[in-house]
This record gives sequence, structure tokens and C-alpha cells, in this order.
Amino acid sequence: MTAAQTSAHPLVAASGLTKRFAAPRSLSDMFSGHQPHVHAVDGIDLRIARGESVGLLGESGCGKTTTGRLLLKLTEPSAGSIAFDGVAIDTLKGNALTAFRKRAQLVFQNPFDALNPRFTIERVLAEPLVNTGVERASHSDKVEKALAQVRLPPLSRFEGLFPHQLSGGQLQRIVLARALVLEPDFIVADEPVSMLDVSVRAGVLNVMREVRATLGLAALYISHDLALVRYVCSTTLVMYLGKIVEQGPTADLLKTPLHPYTRALVNAVPVPRVDQSHEPLPIIGNVSDARGQPRGCRFRERCPMAVARCAEEEPPLRDCGQGRRVACHLA
Amino acid sequence: MSNQPVLDVRDLSVEYRTARGVVRAVDGISFSVPKGAILGLVGESGCGKTTVARSITGVLHQSARIAGGELLLHGRDLVSGPPKAWLDARWREISFVPQSAMNSLDPVYRIGNQIEEVLIHRGGKTRAAARARASTLFEMVGLNPGRLDEYPHQFSGGMRQRVAIALALALNPSLVIADEPVTALDVIVQRQILDVIRDLQRRLSLSMILVTHDISVVAYLCDQVVVMYAGRVVESGGTRDVLERPRHPYTMGLTNAFPDLESAAHDLVPIDGSPPDLSQSLAGCRFQPRCPFALPVCSSDDPQTKTAGSGTRFACHRHADSDMLRRQSRDIATWQRPQ
Ligand SMILES: Nc1ncnc2c1ncn2[C@@H]1O[C@H](COP(=O)(O)OP(=O)(O)OP(=O)(O)O)[C@@H](O)[C@H]1O
Ligand code: SF4
Ligand SMILES: [Mg+2]
Repeated sequence: MTAAQTSAHPLVAASGLTKRFAAPRSLSDMFSGHQPHVHAVDGIDLRIARGESVGLLGESGCGKTTTGRLLLKLTEPSAGSIAFDGVAIDTLKGNALTAFRKRAQLVFQNPFDALNPRFTIERVLAEPLVNTGVERASHSDKVEKALAQVRLPPLSRFEGLFPHQLSGGQLQRIVLARALVLEPDFIVADEPVSMLDVSVRAGVLNVMREVRATLGLAALYISHDLALVRYVCSTTLVMYLGKIVEQGPTADLLKTPLHPYTRALVNAVPVPRVDQSHEPLPIIGNVSDARGQPRGCRFRERCPMAVARCAEEEPPLRDCGQGRRVACHLA
Repeated sequence: MSNQPVLDVRDLSVEYRTARGVVRAVDGISFSVPKGAILGLVGESGCGKTTVARSITGVLHQSARIAGGELLLHGRDLVSGPPKAWLDARWREISFVPQSAMNSLDPVYRIGNQIEEVLIHRGGKTRAAARARASTLFEMVGLNPGRLDEYPHQFSGGMRQRVAIALALALNPSLVIADEPVTALDVIVQRQILDVIRDLQRRLSLSMILVTHDISVVAYLCDQVVVMYAGRVVESGGTRDVLERPRHPYTMGLTNAFPDLESAAHDLVPIDGSPPDLSQSLAGCRFQPRCPFALPVCSSDDPQTKTAGSGTRFACHRHADSDMLRRQSRDIATWQRPQ
């Protein structure tokens, strides 16, 4: 075991992490010279230990992907700090930055965007190795190993093929294999198996658990797939419009959700049995209209339980024992 | 006569020309879509679901061709009929919501205009009638008609998916085919879209083919299910019967591999191996290399399709043992030591 693996600090630690984007200005903003902002990520704290898999659940646009990109230094925070292996990542330069880029990998969300359509599959897989100067003699071994990890057939089956000639699910596995060829310490997997069919997904999820255990791989799984998070992640964070609204050990959080949003999420998932509830969801409207509440709880307009206080005060993320935290006045 | 299926797929085969030779992505499949039913087409990635959906709609990729079989729409074959008849059937008789449909809207035109184009050019409506119909369609899928004049980028993924469904319903088709309509969406939006589909299907007694890899979606929505493997149908029947009493080993494996919120503590059991290379000629049962129950005959002979008492059809040499195999399939060890 190396010194880094035994040290006390978590591999990834973020505090007060915030990212603001300029929002489109309304007419009155233009007159007043005011620039409104969207808080894509609004002051979140997060720690991931070596070998730990943390799930980040939430709907699209809530800031999950931005959080992942901040942790990988693919975008810079507006406020807050991130330490990777004890070192603040905003200070990384030169060789230290290159080393960080090798150790921390992103598994992209959409394989159709992630892969260069003019590269053969073989080239797609070898590219990260070429880019980081890994010696050529080892390339084919590393590529075959990664293909086996995601349960794809050997490279010879992909000879001369381009991304558009594979099915969506096959492509998703290529994307995953591409991140694993560099044998990273930390991966941010953004919807990593959403397109995989179950017989294969089960295998990939098992591989992810295996890799985590044997290589001490730390991972942030960004997903809207509760079953994935349930299966792979020991801890789960639930994000709503830039804030963590609930966090805790995954099994407990999904079994007895404390936040009304988590409850809606859990109820929304169909189960593979014919007899199941078709009750309307305990949630109001679409997320697309909810943006930038100036005060109070961000979920209140969609919350079937909201009371007057919810419009006045923002509920803090408070401890409720057993490693669980929730941000709701009524929980 | 009245219980004639909307669509009867008979012995359909589809091939792609590729650099590595001809890939027979769909190899002699048959199933039918009863009137007013939702049929789920499930199977592993690459098994040919999209190819089937696209062949029925007549929008196959250039490198693909129908190599054989019939597609009987209300009893009339589209494949051997005049191409114009098939073209005319598109949108009016059969409509298609493609995989990642939400990215298929044209970004430079207002959404309302895109719906109206279809209504005017394919449905022969006047502009005013098209406008009114577009509003109705928006309401049907739970969108505010006040937003018809917005552009696709102003809509979220879920809203664009609703638009794609509205488009598919525009000309009152008798069959709607939706390819993975909720796969790329958030859980809450997924559920909302599934509920929109369920509600519309009931109100309009639509006939639908829902392509999905998710058996939970099948369980939630579909009356019938067709399970595909490597270009073949391995099992088909009523959803309850197939999911509760799977008779084909592949279907048994699928139900084991499924992560379930309520019982996620147990290990998921993958089906080891991967589907066969469809550009090679294949002998015997295509599931044989991955099947824990295979007998010598499985690698030499194609299994015939049998019909169970419940009406479920399945193709497995060990059809007489299916109850016993189902019991064994629940044991993880069965799948860990294939053969
Ligand atoms: N344009 C193409 N050219 C060559 N081969 C193709 C083409 N499109 C699909 N294929 C091949 O045909 C087979 C069936 O593909 P298809 O897209 O129908 O599968 P699918 O079941 O829809 O998969 P998914 O669940 O991943 O969407 C696969 O082996 C695929 O690689
Ligand atoms: S035919 Fe043989 S190999 Fe195929 S599913 Fe049945 S038992 Fe398994
Ligand atoms: Mg498909």
C-alpha cells in the first residue's frame, strides 16, 4: 500500500463549491444594468475517499454535470475550493496538472458526442494513451484489458469499424473502456450505463464495484438512475437546483427518503413487475420553469407539502443522525 | 375480422452492408401487434430492435435492405406492395418516434411550424386547421399551447420528447412506434412521459410498439412483449406471463440481471459473454454460447418455436424443461459456471 492510500485525507474534498453562469437578461435588467446569474452549483460540500463510490442524483439541469466538471478541473469554480489528494487543484500546473489529468477521468454522458466519428474504434481507444505519452508497446494490452473490463469482445471484432457502425449500447461501453485505459484513481461517470441493456449493465456495474475494490478507484456516479446508485454507491447525494437537499447512506436514503423531492424520485421508478402502482407522482409540474427562487426553499413550487415558511426561509442542510442530512423544514 | 392485428410481421429479415461483409441484423422474425395494445420490443443492445422499428416505418439506413418477409398492415403487405403505398402510410398509418427523438427537431424553426408542416404536407390540412390541430396536440401531451412559437432550444429534453410524441400523433395513425422514448430522460420526466403515453393509448385506443431495453418499462406499460436476441425473437407473449414465468433461458437471465430498488442488496447476475457476431454464419441456437442449460443439440440445430398453453411462444430445445430451468435460473451459481 502506498503512502497516498493510507493517508487520512479523502482523495477528493470540496467545500463551498459554487459555480455561477450569466443568465439571459430580461428587458428590465438591461435598463437597470443588472446581470442575473444562475447558480448551477450553489455552495456544496463533498468528500470522496479512496475506493469510495458516491452517487449524485438529480434531474438534468440541476448542476450534477457542472459539479463533476468542477471536480475534474474542466471548469473553474466561482467560489469554494477543491483538494485532490490533499492538494488544491486550482494551483496545479505543468507536470502536476498532466499527472492530475491522468489520475482523474471523465466518462462522458453521450457516446455520440464523446467519440470522434472519423476515428476507428481502435484509434478511439488508444488515443488517451497516445495523448499522455504511454509507451506504445503496452497499448494493445491496455486496450484489450479495458475492453474485457466492460465485457466487450476483443479488438479484432472492431477492426476497421467506426463509431456509427456500433449500436448505442456498444458505444457506451467503448466510452467507458476509453476512460479505464489510463487506470485512473478517480472517475467522474456521468450517466455511465444509462444506455446499456441489463444483461450487460449488470456486468459493467459488477466491474465498477470490482475495479473500485481492487484498484482503490474513487468514483462520483452522476445519474438519474436510482437502481445504479443503489447498486454501486455507498453514499448518495440528492441535488436539486444547485443545492444538496438530502444525503446519506444509499440504502437508507432510498428506503426512507426524508426530502419530498427524494420521495418523488423513488416513486417515479417503475419496477420489473406487472403489479405496481400507477399513482400520480407526488410532485408538481416541470423543472424547466423552476429557476432562481430568490428566497425560501427551491423545491417549494413543486412540493405538494409546502407551507408558508417554505417561501420565507431557505431550509439548511441539517444533520439528522445515522450519517443522514436533509434540507426540508418538515422533515 | 375485427380481431385482425394492426400489424403482422412475418419472417422479416434485414441486412446491412458493411466493410466486414453483410450483417443480418434481423433474421426471420415474426410477431403481431393486436389492435389497441402496447407491445414492448425488448432485448440487448445491438439485437436489432431499432432495425425492426425502422423497417416497419420504411426509414432504414441506406446500407440496409429488407432481405425477406412480409409486413402486413391491416392485412396488406407493405414490402411487396408499391413503394408509394408505403410512403403514403408513413405518418398517416404508421408513425415513428426515433431513438433520441428529442434531438431530431430542427433547431432553426419554431416548434409549432414544424408540427404544422407535417399536418399541411402529409395531412393536407389548411394552415388554420393545422394551427388548431397543433394546439390540440400540445394539450394532449401536456404542453402549454402558448409555447408553440418557441424554438427547440427553449424546451427541456422531456418537453421535446413530448413534442416528438405529439408529432407522431399528428395524423391519427393506427400504429405508433416509439424507439426508446424515455431512455435519455430523468426519472421523474421518464415517468411523466410514460404516463402521457399510457393515458393517450387508453383515450385513443392506440396500437403501439415500444422499443426499450428496460423490462421495468415493459412491466409498467405493455400488454404484450417480444424478447429479441441476436436478430431473432426468442420469446413473446402476454407481459405478465413472460415476466412472471419466463420460458426461454435468455428471458430468465434478463430478469435476474435487473437492478431493482427493492431488492438491490443481492448481487446482480450478468449473463456472461456477449452476443454472436452477426456477420458470421451461425448454426444452432444463438444463445448457446451464453446459455447455462445448453445441450449438444443446441450448437447444431436451430430451436423451433413452440407455443405454451398460455399462448406464449418461445424457441428453445429444452422447451419441455422450462419449469425446472426457471427454478435453476434463480440460483446465482447457475450463471457463474456456464455449461
Ligand atoms: N448503419 C449500420 N451499418 C452497419 N451495421 C449496422 C448499422 N446499424 C446497425 N447495425 C448493426 O445491426 C445490429 C442491430 O442494430 P440495432 O441498432 O438495430 O440494434 P438495437 O437493438 O436497436 O440496439 P440498441 O439497444 O443499442 O439501440 C448491430 O449489430 C449493429 O451493429
Ligand atoms: S436452445 Fe439450448 S442453448 Fe438455446 S436457450 Fe435453449 S437450452 Fe439454451
Ligand atoms: Mg436501438
